[in-house]
Amino acid sequence: MENTHSINYGTYVLVWLGLVVLTTLTVAIAGLNLASLTVVVALAIATTKSLLVANYFMHVKSDSRVFKVFILVCIVIFLTMIILTFVDLIFRVP
Amino acid sequence: MSEVSYLKYEGKHKGLAGWLLSTDHKRIGVMYLAVMSIFFLTAVVFGFLMKLEMLTPGRTIMGPQVYNSLFTLHGVIMIFLFIIPGLPAVFGNFFLPIMLGAKDVAFPKINLLSWYFYIAGALMVLGSLLFGGGPIDTGWTFYVPYSLRTNTNVSFAVFAAFILGFSSILTGLNFITTIHRLRAPGMTWFKMPLFAWGLYSTSWIQLLATPILGITLLLIILERAFGVGIFDPALGGDPLLYQHMFWIYSHPAVYIMILPAMGLVSEIIPTFSKKNIFGYGPIAMSSLAIAFVGYLVWGHHMFSSGISDTSRAIFSLLTFLVAIPSGVKVFNWIATLYKGSIDLRPPLLFVLIFIIVFSIGGLTGLVLGSLNTDIHLTDTYFVVAHFHYVMFGGMGTLFFAALHYWFPKMFGKMYNEKVAMIGAWIFAIGFNVLYFPMFILGYLGMPRRYYDYLPEFRNWHLVSTIGSWIMVAGIFIIVINLLKGFFKKEMITDINPWGGTTLEWTVPTPPPVENFDEIPVITKGPYERMNNE
Amino acid sequence: MDSEIIIENKNTEHIYRDDVGSKMGMWLFLFTELILFGGMFILYASYRFMYSDNFRVAAMRLDTVVGTVNTILLLTSSLTAVLSLAAIQKKQKLFSMYLLGFTIVCGGAFLINKYFEWSTKIHHGFYPRGPEMANLSDGEVVFYGLYYVMTGLHALHVIVGMVFLTVMLVFVYKEKITFDNNQKLENAGLYWHLVDIIWIFLFPLFYLIH
Repeated sequence: MENTHSINYGTYVLVWLGLVVLTTLTVAIAGLNLASLTVVVALAIATTKSLLVANYFMHVKSDSRVFKVFILVCIVIFLTMIILTFVDLIFRVP
Repeated sequence: MSEVSYLKYEGKHKGLAGWLLSTDHKRIGVMYLAVMSIFFLTAVVFGFLMKLEMLTPGRTIMGPQVYNSLFTLHGVIMIFLFIIPGLPAVFGNFFLPIMLGAKDVAFPKINLLSWYFYIAGALMVLGSLLFGGGPIDTGWTFYVPYSLRTNTNVSFAVFAAFILGFSSILTGLNFITTIHRLRAPGMTWFKMPLFAWGLYSTSWIQLLATPILGITLLLIILERAFGVGIFDPALGGDPLLYQHMFWIYSHPAVYIMILPAMGLVSEIIPTFSKKNIFGYGPIAMSSLAIAFVGYLVWGHHMFSSGISDTSRAIFSLLTFLVAIPSGVKVFNWIATLYKGSIDLRPPLLFVLIFIIVFSIGGLTGLVLGSLNTDIHLTDTYFVVAHFHYVMFGGMGTLFFAALHYWFPKMFGKMYNEKVAMIGAWIFAIGFNVLYFPMFILGYLGMPRRYYDYLPEFRNWHLVSTIGSWIMVAGIFIIVINLLKGFFKKEMITDINPWGGTTLEWTVPTPPPVENFDEIPVITKGPYERMNNE
Repeated sequence: MDSEIIIENKNTEHIYRDDVGSKMGMWLFLFTELILFGGMFILYASYRFMYSDNFRVAAMRLDTVVGTVNTILLLTSSLTAVLSLAAIQKKQKLFSMYLLGFTIVCGGAFLINKYFEWSTKIHHGFYPRGPEMANLSDGEVVFYGLYYVMTGLHALHVIVGMVFLTVMLVFVYKEKITFDNNQKLENAGLYWHLVDIIWIFLFPLFYLIH
């Protein structure tokens, strides 16, 4: 029948611990002066946290492939929107 | 129960309630058609009045404020209430489940909700004409800062568009799920009709692009109400970012308009050339390609707004790319017609008109997509001609085609084919007399959205206005002919009047509730014919 | 096709239930929410690019502690939301209800924090058209505009999520959601996780620019 979801409570709690650790990390790093790396690092950590929530709490990892394809489509479309907008902004002559 | 047509069926609710509370995709499609026709004809009247005003320089029949509101509303109604929802909401709703061998869409109640969102948005558009500061005059694009400053009913009208967005999003969501989950046994993705491929591609645009418009319009309302400071240049906002956000939706929106229509062409041509479609695979893939590339080109609406030179070059290049998959379709359609047994009936005539008119529109799009020519032509009548050729000549003509193709199946009645052909010809001639001079006017320098103009433009405006009269006469003939057919006493029961090969031509005319007694099992492609069919 | 359509027998009628289709519909809806907020993130990114120094100045007035607490609250509520689904799948109805209740309470706590955060700002005059705004640079004004709209829109979604979860709580209680019929609960959970993910991005972008 349907893919059996992970019904192992332990896995979920472990993921949660990972999320808390990453949150602590991102707050700690914010105290350092990383100049232009700040955004990159913050986004990298946020992305990692989101992947954990999506894959385990939202079961993307264990669901059928079509959901992963859907999410990929959505992300690609969003990225094209932001990248092409920035192509304008970055090259504007003040 | 299964032999009662959807028109006559009486379920839990009777009479009008049986329609307004119906979750039957066919009834919902017809309800969309009924309301949409009223709004379409209203916007035609607005256009007619605009052309009357343009008959002479200076004031002809109205003042500038009225003119500005007319062209704004003509755009808002046509785009948000007709062209965007048109084919998916009416014919997608009615025929997608049947073509897939399903009993209804995946989420019938949400389908009805989509209709109610449409009605709410439509009523709000009407309301914005009457209340508060009067009908909006910003153009359908609501550009800041003017849309933040004008005292006309911007928030209300913009909220209407926001609500209409929900209708569009939910329809897209419904169709994607329907296509993934409800295809009949044996109907693989590549045995699905091409109309379904068109709707599938469209649905992904409806789903992912519309929310950008949603948030942008919401911000306009918040800025007007609370002075938030996101687009308002007086508060540090960037009007160009508004334009980016607006066109990130509104360019893909034109592919929402045309992809189902092109899918329809892929249905009509095999039927009326009695031949299997040429290039099924490429046509299907080209729909997806157009949907995707359509997200990459929005900057071509902003070439003279002040964006960077680099981005202008990139957007221009990407704009040229999107012509390629459209070309793939036209090639395959013509290849299908070649050596086919051509039966020139009204649906095919509309399709042929479309191919010619849309090609003109598409080619002029390349002229606009190229930076050096765009500088001279942007915001002139050249642009107005271009988009009327592709939107009206494109989707509009094919909406007529869809009506003439599926009318017998939907209503169990037949219209007068001869009159339909005459109406189509008059429409086509009037259309070109109305819009072709606008290319010339634009080239000569006539700006768009201008109430008044210099005397040197007078003659071409005259020709164009006369064209509007011819075209409206053609539309009148078409509409009256269809209405007469609808109100005829005698029904037709021919299940397949045109000799089509897709599933809707195997169910009774009109279809019963739940479409199929038994879900069919599919073993062949959608356009395959036995030799003597 | 596939064999994942479930057929329940209610009296003499076959009721077809497509759980995968239902989940698909919910995911598609989530994408619209993602893009809705995505649009705001595009604006945020653009303005941060344009006004990077003044964004930093404006962000200093935000309370990192409250932001962090709120992040932990939502992450925890995400945990309990998915645990409640697992619990009902294990036929532990009461435990599932407690977990759902805890999820909703976390959401409530988040909103209470937000209320205090906003009212402090507003009390000090930092709100659109507020008395302090005229003294601020353009970049700071835009920052606060984005702050109120994005956290406000997010809070609205927290409220919607809480309502959704409350309805599910009632369904679990009334056994309309059971160990083998729980797609609705999973869908509500998906919505809640999305609200969490949006905050995961909002938090560093508004509270951690130092």
